[in-house]
Amino acid sequence: MNAILPFAVNFALACFALAMVCALIRLLRGPAAQDRILALDTLYINGMLTILMLGIGFGAAIYFDIALLIALFGFVGSTAMAKFLLRGEVIEP
Amino acid sequence: MSAADVPLWAALPATVLLICGGLLTLVGSLGLLRLDSFFARIHAPTMGGTLGAGCVLLASMLTSTALAERLVIHELLITLFILITAPVTTTLLMRAAMLRSRE
Amino acid sequence: MKRPPLLPLLPVVLAIVWLLLNDSLSLGHVLLGLVFAVLVSAAVRLLRPLPAWPQRLHVAIHLCWQVFLDIVRSNIDVGRVILGATRRQPTIGFVKIPLDLRDPHGLAMLSIIVTGTPGTVWSGLDPATNVLTLHVLDLQDEEAWVRTIKHRYERPLMGIFE
Repeated sequence: MNAILPFAVNFALACFALAMVCALIRLLRGPAAQDRILALDTLYINGMLTILMLGIGFGAAIYFDIALLIALFGFVGSTAMAKFLLRGEVIEP
Repeated sequence: MSAADVPLWAALPATVLLICGGLLTLVGSLGLLRLDSFFARIHAPTMGGTLGAGCVLLASMLTSTALAERLVIHELLITLFILITAPVTTTLLMRAAMLRSRE
Repeated sequence: MKRPPLLPLLPVVLAIVWLLLNDSLSLGHVLLGLVFAVLVSAAVRLLRPLPAWPQRLHVAIHLCWQVFLDIVRSNIDVGRVILGATRRQPTIGFVKIPLDLRDPHGLAMLSIIVTGTPGTVWSGLDPATNVLTLHVLDLQDEEAWVRTIKHRYERPLMGIFE
């Protein structure tokens, strides 16, 4: 039994929550479209880390799969949006 | 089975890693707010994406290995995936921003 | 001199990924992973006409360690820039670097290394002249960046991939 790991988990959760608030403010305020996409990219990585943190806190392995799926779909989403900004379409004919 | 049951030899390094990872990610996201132009901001989230995620994933590997009492390293997959894919998005965004700022 | 590697790289990596994903080493998963690895690499061969033959494992390991150290160092640097941003905004700028590396896999690795390190972003390569445009967060000394990229990353990558 130890008390330091739950403390560290809570501390890191608070850090990620604050980081997500920062990204959210940039997402709502961002002057250009690329700022918003950058904020979304940061938001999904922080969300994935939050899920992993819950996995450590509850000691359950199922959170790993959720984090892997968030990483996969977040990458596909933000790359598709960046590509759309670059060329005006996602999949070129 | 929860975070309080992790033996001390794994809990101590995991604690240090989690605090480092949390602070790094927080500073990286804070950069989104504090830096002025988009070209400066694009560098900030890379901090959370590389070392922050690496610290947290290493801590996750440590605690799940200690809880399961066998080697559990499947978090390595997420680490590799993030390391390979995060630069792709950043490069595409950079080129899009260069194209749009030139117009 | 290019020679085929001892082990086919792609099927081995795919089999390892399958075992990691299932988090087991049982006989059934090993067999299934091997079957998947062979099938997928046969299917991918049609998509990628250029196989990568990385060589010199010790150079690659040394490069990985170097990149890890650089990521830690530049994380600290970028963190300091962000926390001090109220007093002084960083001077951003582009650096043009002529490259000697031609191998596409080596260039891909270089772009991942450069962009994965906080503070620098790969922002385009002119295919005709092979000149890399690099975006740097806190640009003080242009010559130092050119020297760092060419000496620290490009030379080992040329040793590995060419």
